[in-house]
Order: sequence, then structure tokens, then C-alpha cells
Amino acid sequence: MEVADLTKHYGELVAVDHISFQVKEGEFFGFLGPNAAGKTTTIRMLTGVTKPDDGAASVFGFSILREGLKTRQLMGIVTEMANAYVDLSAWNNLMLIGELYGVPKSLRREGATRLLKEFGLYERRNHLVKGYSKGMKQKLLLCMALINEPQILFLDEPTSGLDVESQRLIRDRIRGFNKNGVTVFLTTHNMDEANQLCDRIAIINHGKIAAIDSPERLRLRSSGLQSIEVSFDKAVDVEELNFHGVNEARKMGDKIRLYVDEPGAVIDKLLDFSRSKDLKIITLNTLAPTLEDVFLKLVKEG
Amino acid sequence: MGTNLYWEQFKRSFAIVKKNIRIYYSKGPVIIFGLLVPFFLFLSFYIGRSMPAEALIPGLLGMTAFFTATSVGPAIVPWEARARTLERLISSPVSIWTIFLGDVLSSFLFGVLVSVFPIIVGLLIGVQIVNPLILGFGVVLATFCFASFSILLSAYPPTDTPASVMMLSSMIKFPLVFISGIFIPIEELPAWGKTVSSISPLTYFTDLARYSIQGNSYYPIELDLIVLLAFAIIFLVTAIKIHERTMQKRL
Repeated sequence: MEVADLTKHYGELVAVDHISFQVKEGEFFGFLGPNAAGKTTTIRMLTGVTKPDDGAASVFGFSILREGLKTRQLMGIVTEMANAYVDLSAWNNLMLIGELYGVPKSLRREGATRLLKEFGLYERRNHLVKGYSKGMKQKLLLCMALINEPQILFLDEPTSGLDVESQRLIRDRIRGFNKNGVTVFLTTHNMDEANQLCDRIAIINHGKIAAIDSPERLRLRSSGLQSIEVSFDKAVDVEELNFHGVNEARKMGDKIRLYVDEPGAVIDKLLDFSRSKDLKIITLNTLAPTLEDVFLKLVKEG
Repeated sequence: MGTNLYWEQFKRSFAIVKKNIRIYYSKGPVIIFGLLVPFFLFLSFYIGRSMPAEALIPGLLGMTAFFTATSVGPAIVPWEARARTLERLISSPVSIWTIFLGDVLSSFLFGVLVSVFPIIVGLLIGVQIVNPLILGFGVVLATFCFASFSILLSAYPPTDTPASVMMLSSMIKFPLVFISGIFIPIEELPAWGKTVSSISPLTYFTDLARYSIQGNSYYPIELDLIVLLAFAIIFLVTAIKIHERTMQKRL
């Protein structure tokens, strides 16, 4: 997928501002950003729901603007804005979507049976979707996105609001489809999810791409985000730990996290501090920056 | 390749038809505005009057075809916008034409199926159908025309409230029933009434139904058929063009 200068305005607001990136065939690509950063608008443009005001994009060589039917034929889509039909059964939802994608009847039935069994919905295939839980609906949406055996999957917050078990099942399945060669374009708020699943991540903020790289490289290139986590046997005012060399001190539960450039120098100062205040250090850990730290830094800078 | 694409899209519109039949035929507003309202409207007109059955059945048929074929179409798009299923359709590999052709066909089928009942009632009470072929063709053409009109009713404003669209469409549909020669034959209308009635597609179907059952019509039968066809094309093209323009506001 190639995206060049894609832009979308809503009145005065520039929702997506000349973004460009590429997603390789078979890649697991994450698209991260805070609320209203432009993630959903980008997905909606790429899936043909919204027309861009400027720029271009192509999927497997087909233009999303001039060859919309061909590009959409290759896609499987799960977005927050597109529901299943609650007045239809899961089976009929799958038959409908299969038919809209031109999947022959025998393959439709075969695919629906396989997917519903895989996601644990087969026993309730004939029940109306209005009686499904949120997790079941989300699994059904994923089945609907997969019924046409897509070459690229667009997933907008696919595990949002789900219980841990459902999240894990969906993540495992998505990972499996990606291993089988399906390109995945995932938007998520969940840093851990992006870190576990994605080959590369783009961070979007205020409609602009702030960074694109692998999760590991994004972490490594962020200076000033290494941290020390410390806890004492008595309560300590976090302001007292704002030594020279500490970029930020933050209380996190019963621990304090210090963001630093040189952990070694700050650890010496922490030891001096504990001796002078007659405090006992309970835990002391040095931590590499998390993806969340990198994300927050980039968003703040943006 | 081009023909294949059109044929493929045409086939996919039947997926929309099946979905609409399963979901919308049993929706409350469709039952109320498509079946109950015309039935009680007809009763209020019929009770207490002594009219021959031959004079009643064309009006009942016209009203049934018109109300039923226009009852499903207006509800679908606002309903889907509200239920957030419209985006699911738009992101599928189907064109706007495919989606709305499916909506028109499902309204059309509902209209044709229910229109059979007044014909059966007429036959049971001894009404003779002088020209069944013209009647059959007229019912098909007219219900397609009314079904196309039904999606025009939901084209503007681009709301996601089905009740608003149903109310608005009733405000347009009821006056049309009163000016279309259902309750008063066209020839008995004053000159201005005849002029006004000529802008309603229902006028031409009622005229055609009278010809098929009573053997006489106000307009030449060829004109009735041509005007219904012209209205069908104009409604269909205009509705889809407006929906194309307003679709983004619904999503």
C-alpha cells in the first residue's frame, strides 16, 4: 500500500494533513495516535468510505480513487463505525458480506462455518446478533472481514473494550492471518498490543505523521526516556527527587519513576538521598523506555 | 470486462434485496405506513357509499401499490445510518448504484406482493379484469416507479432518523393520493384539478388500472405506460445522484 500526501479537511479543521507512508506486502503495520489524531479518517479514506481532498493512495497497485471497487475487493475491514446487522443472525451477516464480495455460495458456506468455529460462535450462528455480547460482536465483525479471504486487513481498535480472554483470542488470530501472508493495518490505543504485533508503527498526531519505525527502533532513538523506578520504606515527596540529571519525576502507585539521561549518576544521588533521610530503598530498577513513553513524548512534541 | 462488472454488481444488488427483506419488511413504520394506513384510508372512503366494485378496485389497487412500494425505501438509509451498518455497505466492493438498486428492488417486490391482494379480492367479489396483461404489466411498471420514488423520499435531508423521513414522506404521499383520481375519477375533476393530477405518477397507474378493469381510461393507455416509465427513470437517477452527494453527511 502506498500513501502519498493524503489530506482531509472538515471545514476549517485539517483532520489528515498530507501524510505519506508505505506498507509492504505481508507487513503488520500499526497506526497509533491519541483521540482525534486522524487515525479513523485515514482508515476511512483508504477503505473508500471518505474521499480525500488531496493526495493519492494505492492498494496492490490499484488506486483507491479510480479503482475503488477493485481495492475494496481485496480488503477486509473492521472499523468502529461499521456494525454487523443486529436484526440478522451471525450466519446471515456472513452470507450477506460474502455475497457482497462475490464469494461463491459453496465457498461462502464453507468459509462461514470455518470462521464461526474458529471464533467460537458456531453454536450461536442462528441467533440474532442483537443478543450478542460486545466480545461476540467483535469476533463476528472479524469473521465478516475475513469471509472474502482478504489480502489486506484494516482493523480499527479491534480489541477495544473487550475482556482479556477475547483480546488474546483476537490478537492470536490476527497474528495467525498475518503469518499466512495477510497484510494488516492496525489502529490501536494499546501500546502493548502494538509492541507485540506490529513490524512497524506510524505515530500520527494532529493529522501529521510524527514517526514511522519498528517498535524497537522507536524506543532506542528516544533519548531522555530511560528511567529508574524506586520505592522507599517511607513516603517521599516526589519533588525532593528532582535532582540534577532528572528530566521528570513521576509518582506511580507506591513507586517513583525518574526519567533520566544517565541512570548511573542518578542512582548515586538516590543512594546519598536515602542515607541522608534515613530511608531504606525497597526496590530499584533501571528501565528502558516503553513504547508508551515514546508515544507520549512524540505526541507532546507534536 | 465492463459488462462483467455491471452483471457482477447487478447480482450483488440481490444480496441487498435479501438483507432488506429479512430486516425491513417487518419493521413497524413499514407495516403502519405500508399496510395499515392505506387500508384504513380506503375503509373510510368506502364505508357508507354505494359504489360498484369495478369502480372501487382500481382505486384500492392504486393506493395499495403506491403505499406499499413507497413504505420500505424511505426507511432503509436513515435506519442503516443510525445502526452504523451503512458504512459497512459503503466499504464493500459495491457501488452506490448497486446499493440503491437493491433498495428499489426490495421496495418493488413488497409492492408487487401486496398489490396481488386487492386483485384477488376483486376477483373474489366478481370483478372482471378486461385486460389482465395490461394490468399485470402496469402493476410491475408502476410499483417499480413508486419504489424509485421511495428512495427519492429519503435522499434529502440526509437524516439518520427513520421517523422523520416517514413523516416527511407521508406529507408528500397523502396529497398525491388525493389528486390522483383514486377517490374522484380524473374526468370529474375541474380543469385545475386535472392539471395538478397530471404531475402525479399515481394518476397514470390509476388510469391504467381503470382501463384494465372497467375498460375505459382518461389518457391513452400508451401514454400511461410511457409516463410511468419516464417517472421511474427520473426518480431513480435523481434519487441516486442526490444520495451520492449527501452520503458523506450520513456517515
